[in-house]
Amino acid sequence: MRAGGALGWLQQALPKLVLAPSFAAVLLFVYGFILWTIYLSFTRSRLLPVYELAGFDAYERLWLQPNWWRAVNNIAIFGSLYIFICIALGLLLAILLDQKIRGEGFLRPVYLYPMAVSFIVTGTAWKWFLNPGLGVEKTMQAWGFSWFHFDWLINPDMAIYTIVIAGVWQASGFCMAMFLAGLRGVDSDVMKAAQIDGAGAFSLYRRIVIPQLRPVFLSAFIVLAHMAIKSYDLVIALTGGGPGNATELPSTFMYSYTFTRNQMAVGAASAVIMLMTICAIIVPYLYSELREKSA
Amino acid sequence: MPIRKAVLVSIFAAVAAAGAARAQTKEVEVVHWWTSGGEAAALNVLKENLQKQGYVWKDNPIAGGSGVQAMTVLRARVTSGNIPTAVQMLGFDIQDWAEQGMLADLTPLATKENWAAVVPESLQKFSKYQGKWIAAPVNVHSTNWIWANKAVMDKIGAKPPTNWDELVAVLDKAKAAGVTALAHGGQPWQDATLFDSVVLTTGGPDFYKKTMIDLDQASLSSPTMKTVFERMAKLRTYVDSNFAGRDWNLASAMVIKGDAAMQIMGDWAKGEFIGAGKKPDQDFLCFRFPGTQGAVTFNSDQFVMFKVGADRQQGQNALASATMDPAFQSSFNVVKGSVPARTDVSDAAFDACGKKAMADLKEAVAKNAFMGSMAHGHANRAAVKNAMYDVITRHFNGQLPTDQAVKELAAAVKAAS
Repeated sequence: MRAGGALGWLQQALPKLVLAPSFAAVLLFVYGFILWTIYLSFTRSRLLPVYELAGFDAYERLWLQPNWWRAVNNIAIFGSLYIFICIALGLLLAILLDQKIRGEGFLRPVYLYPMAVSFIVTGTAWKWFLNPGLGVEKTMQAWGFSWFHFDWLINPDMAIYTIVIAGVWQASGFCMAMFLAGLRGVDSDVMKAAQIDGAGAFSLYRRIVIPQLRPVFLSAFIVLAHMAIKSYDLVIALTGGGPGNATELPSTFMYSYTFTRNQMAVGAASAVIMLMTICAIIVPYLYSELREKSA
Repeated sequence: MPIRKAVLVSIFAAVAAAGAARAQTKEVEVVHWWTSGGEAAALNVLKENLQKQGYVWKDNPIAGGSGVQAMTVLRARVTSGNIPTAVQMLGFDIQDWAEQGMLADLTPLATKENWAAVVPESLQKFSKYQGKWIAAPVNVHSTNWIWANKAVMDKIGAKPPTNWDELVAVLDKAKAAGVTALAHGGQPWQDATLFDSVVLTTGGPDFYKKTMIDLDQASLSSPTMKTVFERMAKLRTYVDSNFAGRDWNLASAMVIKGDAAMQIMGDWAKGEFIGAGKKPDQDFLCFRFPGTQGAVTFNSDQFVMFKVGADRQQGQNALASATMDPAFQSSFNVVKGSVPARTDVSDAAFDACGKKAMADLKEAVAKNAFMGSMAHGHANRAAVKNAMYDVITRHFNGQLPTDQAVKELAAAVKAAS
């Protein structure tokens, strides 16, 4: 035992040693800064951080901003549509790809690859594509479809939906990959048994396959929810928050109030609200999932 | 052991090298966002001047036309204690930084060189804080300009309009001739740039001062303000449907190419025309926004001096002095499209538009109609400015009816100030 002592100790401690730097970094740069932001939101910081507490002043001012209400309203529209459409489309694509079709190996990366493109590129590409003077509207009209109009990008009432389109284009393939992996994990014996019992394809998926995909739904939901709330570069590249400020989201609000409008405390308060929103969605979901498993 | 020793030695060496670099006292580090070719060349004049005096110029350009990125970098640097010698800055940002007690006192130098006599008083409001000089103004941009394509204007038989009604008539003619009457980019600051001029032409300099600078509630919700918003809505009808999010220089390009008749924009737009090989009065026309002749709404780039150690102060003073040098003010502003911040600089080197701008500035100063531009952060602090932006841009994009816009403007200003 003595001889192997040093080696044994190393073997035991190695994982901890390797993980320690990144653990410390995460602790400081994620959780440390969360605490710092929460503290700042209770101060009167404007241009630079100040550390004198001022109670709920920043929160009061935050909820008095019409811009913040617009941002909250927009994230509700964007978030719900983005998450719902991505999951629905991803599941549909996965089910279709799961039919043992030819060329699956080619189709899978085709759908998945948009995820490899950064949001800023997606946003810029879709900005050109949706711009009535450059993209799809102009092309269709040049082809002779003079009745064709698609000007959502520059229409303040519709611009938020164009962000949904671009976001869904990028993330639905990723959802498809997750669902496809889930579908491959479904026990084929159960499916065969159900088929022998005379279950049609539709009820097979509805009753047997999709319920088994619950963990995949959870992962997809959590990934998409945080992507929706932090989506900043997509909006900046696609609409710049405009037209007017029709596509303001909490993330763009937070950035502009903290860094360009010299209202750091209000920006911090908005960041705290965003964090609380994510917690409010995800914590109960995680809780119910984990409790079910242990039961 | 030898390996650890080697690592330690190299770390010490690196630290020592860093220390040596910091001990370089004859160094001036300037943070700015003048990254376009002409701007960088213009800044070279300053650089050479300082190099002649034996200083090492450490250039720190941060791309991004509006300076927002530069301000973000600056905040991070100041928070971490890595303070540059001088920073390009605009308007009330200077005052905000001064309020934090971060800026150096240039008063002895300014007194010696008698800046107060040559810098217009409205400009001094930004270069001074509590009576002390904290910044050296580099230039004066004015924002109430119109840039027009001469060929298009000739084709539709239009002369530069001199009042609002004539402007509308010219725009109507251009629209009828099938060109975009008004090239415009739909970004909040560009909408606000139009707003500056419309306020000035509708209510005159006094009204501009009362609403945009003094934030007088009664004037902000007056019938005149309603007319302002009605005129903004009118201007909106001359803009092509595709303007949302367009950058200002793309709008300039529309005028340069003759796709559009005119653009309402600050004088940095001239740089685009000159860069495209166009000549003032031959290829393009520059005239004041109709009805604002003799008045100037400005913004001004300044070099703000941060508090630095005694070892770097000499370099800082040399930089400030070189910035105020009339030769630099002339050669820089010829390229930049703006006019010198000193009123005693000769206009010999400037083109037709530049000469006009310098004469206008003198006239405006004499008539007490030289006023900070709201759209460019020289009328009020960022919070108020952005509150105004929100209302103006929503109205311009048709999200807000005129009556409500007047009410919301007054309310937003009250909430932000």
